[in-house]
Amino acid sequence: MANITIDKSCCKGCDICYAVCPKKIFVRSKNRNHYGTNMPDITNPETCIYCGMCERMCPDGAIDVQKEESSENED
Amino acid sequence: MDFINLAEDREEIPRKEPVKIVLQGNEACAKGAIHAGCRFFAGYPITPSTEIIELLSKEMQQVGGAFIQMEDEIASACAIIGARWGGKKAMTATSGPGFTLMQEAIGYGVVTETPVVIINIQRGGPSTGQPTMSSQHDIYQARYGSHGDYQIIVLAPSSVQEMYDFTRKAFRLSEKYRTPVILLGDEVVGHMREKIVIEDTPEDENVIKPLSAGSPTADFFQGECSLVEGQLHDEEGRRIGHLPQKSGEFLQKLDQKISGNIDEITDINTYFMEDAEIAIVAYGSVARPALNAVKLARGIKDDRISTKFKIVKDVITKGVPQTLQTDYSHLKVGLIKINTVWPFPEEALKKLTQKVDLILVPEMNVGKYCREIQRVVRKVKVVPMPKSGGELPTPREILDRIISEVGVKPEVTEDESFI
Amino acid sequence: MNRLYKSYIRTDALPSLFCPGCGNGIIQMAAIRAIDGLGIRENLACVSGIGCSSWIPCYLNLDVMHTIHGRALAFATGLKMAQPDKKVMVFTGDGDCLAIGGNHFLHACARNIDLTVIMVNNYIYGMTGGQKSPATPMDAVTKTSPYGAMDYPIDGCQLALTMGATYVARWSTAHPVQLEKSIREGVEHKGFSYIEVLSQCPVQGGKNLYGEKEPAAILKKYREMAKEGQVQLGVFTKDSPRTEYLERVNQRLAAQGWEV
Repeated sequence: MANITIDKSCCKGCDICYAVCPKKIFVRSKNRNHYGTNMPDITNPETCIYCGMCERMCPDGAIDVQKEESSENED
Repeated sequence: MDFINLAEDREEIPRKEPVKIVLQGNEACAKGAIHAGCRFFAGYPITPSTEIIELLSKEMQQVGGAFIQMEDEIASACAIIGARWGGKKAMTATSGPGFTLMQEAIGYGVVTETPVVIINIQRGGPSTGQPTMSSQHDIYQARYGSHGDYQIIVLAPSSVQEMYDFTRKAFRLSEKYRTPVILLGDEVVGHMREKIVIEDTPEDENVIKPLSAGSPTADFFQGECSLVEGQLHDEEGRRIGHLPQKSGEFLQKLDQKISGNIDEITDINTYFMEDAEIAIVAYGSVARPALNAVKLARGIKDDRISTKFKIVKDVITKGVPQTLQTDYSHLKVGLIKINTVWPFPEEALKKLTQKVDLILVPEMNVGKYCREIQRVVRKVKVVPMPKSGGELPTPREILDRIISEVGVKPEVTEDESFI
Repeated sequence: MNRLYKSYIRTDALPSLFCPGCGNGIIQMAAIRAIDGLGIRENLACVSGIGCSSWIPCYLNLDVMHTIHGRALAFATGLKMAQPDKKVMVFTGDGDCLAIGGNHFLHACARNIDLTVIMVNNYIYGMTGGQKSPATPMDAVTKTSPYGAMDYPIDGCQLALTMGATYVARWSTAHPVQLEKSIREGVEHKGFSYIEVLSQCPVQGGKNLYGEKEPAAILKKYREMAKEGQVQLGVFTKDSPRTEYLERVNQRLAAQGWEV
């Protein structure tokens, strides 16, 4: 399961992440940070394929993707 | 001076034997740089400084230093700043046209507080000017050449010995005050040859504590992550140009770093000033004929000069002009030789000229430094003696000027054909 | 905040002065990944000129020299010669490198001195408000070419190749994986490495250059331009017999009998 976080204090609302995620995990939301920029929402993080494009393409380093160990058995 | 380490068990730096040698001024400058610990030279050839770059193209590698001829003077001035942050003392040498090109880099060196040395062997300007003739045209440019408000230290050597000594001193001052230092030579002193004494003893690095206005000071690759920034900045290198208060404070500190230490920086030599009624203020190669003019005026015997003057005064008594004749054999002239032309030694000059009636300022330009003296010395008549064209004023020319100012009709009693 | 980003960035200097969607941040991340992958953090210094691109290294927790317009290569040359065993990365832009810095660029290429130059090409002078640069395409409307640019644009890669640079590549911010790889190769390459990156300036060089003001749309345009051959991307040279400058110096010294 991917732990995807977006840092409120970094995001400038450039909308690049919407376009680069192959799984469309980032979607528009009503959230605004303290600068007033429109931040993305994260939907269906379990579909993340860890391509890393969001981390590479966010110009402000706001996105962090960590693989979390699943507590369930894999089989 | 702040001394860090005066512990008795500090290791003494072994002194090497002084060596007497006949050198050209430019050669002496190059030697001085090497002995001062300069290990990076970047330059571009330009008359009359070319001997410096040529000598260092050979000598640098002998001491494990690096040499490069860059594509222009701008690149040279920038490269030496880059090298200094890489931990190597660095120098460049040029003349008027190249010095003009370097101004932006000099400003960068000032605001980033980078210790570097820049040699300007002046030639006639403006523009291509007089490539092979001397001048002192750049005295203001050395002080104010770059844009912005700033202080800078400028030394003016007047002999081959001083080309050596002042180059070494320039490195010391640049490291202590964390600033570019300009050695303002000229074609005469650059190309003349004299016997000098040099001592290849390295500088004692521990003795001087560097001053800073609040920029990063750690050389690169020491793990300090220095951010060297050309915009006005704080001690982390973060820009503050958009903050008026902080910007003003930084500029103040940058100014004070040098202007607040004028007494320590100022270096002046005086000759025959104890009883002088007339003072010649000179710098650079002009100080040489100036000193000879003093000796002429005082009738100082060396095996070649002996001159006596009768001072003849014209006065008007009851409407009738009369000539009173008094025998004075000498004019009481002294020389104030300014070694550190900038920062301007205002207080020192005021003090030294308290008892004189006349100040003469011979210069190989239109009379620039004279204006500074006129500005600060208010109670004494200050007379400019500009000379354009590329030749030094002769001792006799200087003396004649003094005589015409004082209103003396000299009667020279001995042979002066050598003058 | 992205963990790698956090470990390399002076976080107290954030938010960066880059506009939302600026390509500089993407290049910065690619550089960080390359530096981290190579493990050269302690032995690296960055030098930059003036312009938005020149702010990229100023946010990195490294030794950084933010110098004067067009002269980064001259400062970098001095720094490299003072510490020849260290790596020096130069960040410059299309104006900084090809206009005012042109002369230094020519000579640094010819010298083939071991520097890694990342030239951020946004085809415009962004920092000063959108004036034309030597790279701006002909007929483009900018603040100083209101009736359309009159000049044939200068191709930095062609120039670098002609002048003898020994690693020359061009990518775009829409190709971050290739960019990171080229930066790594450039740093490892012993010689003058020139990596040009097409980078979006949505605010000053968006509508007028691409007809798009959205960063994501410009990125899409980059991929299209590359696919259709409107712009040549790739590594143009990396194996050259030309020796690196400091290597030549050392060879000369060794031939003279010095120990190097």
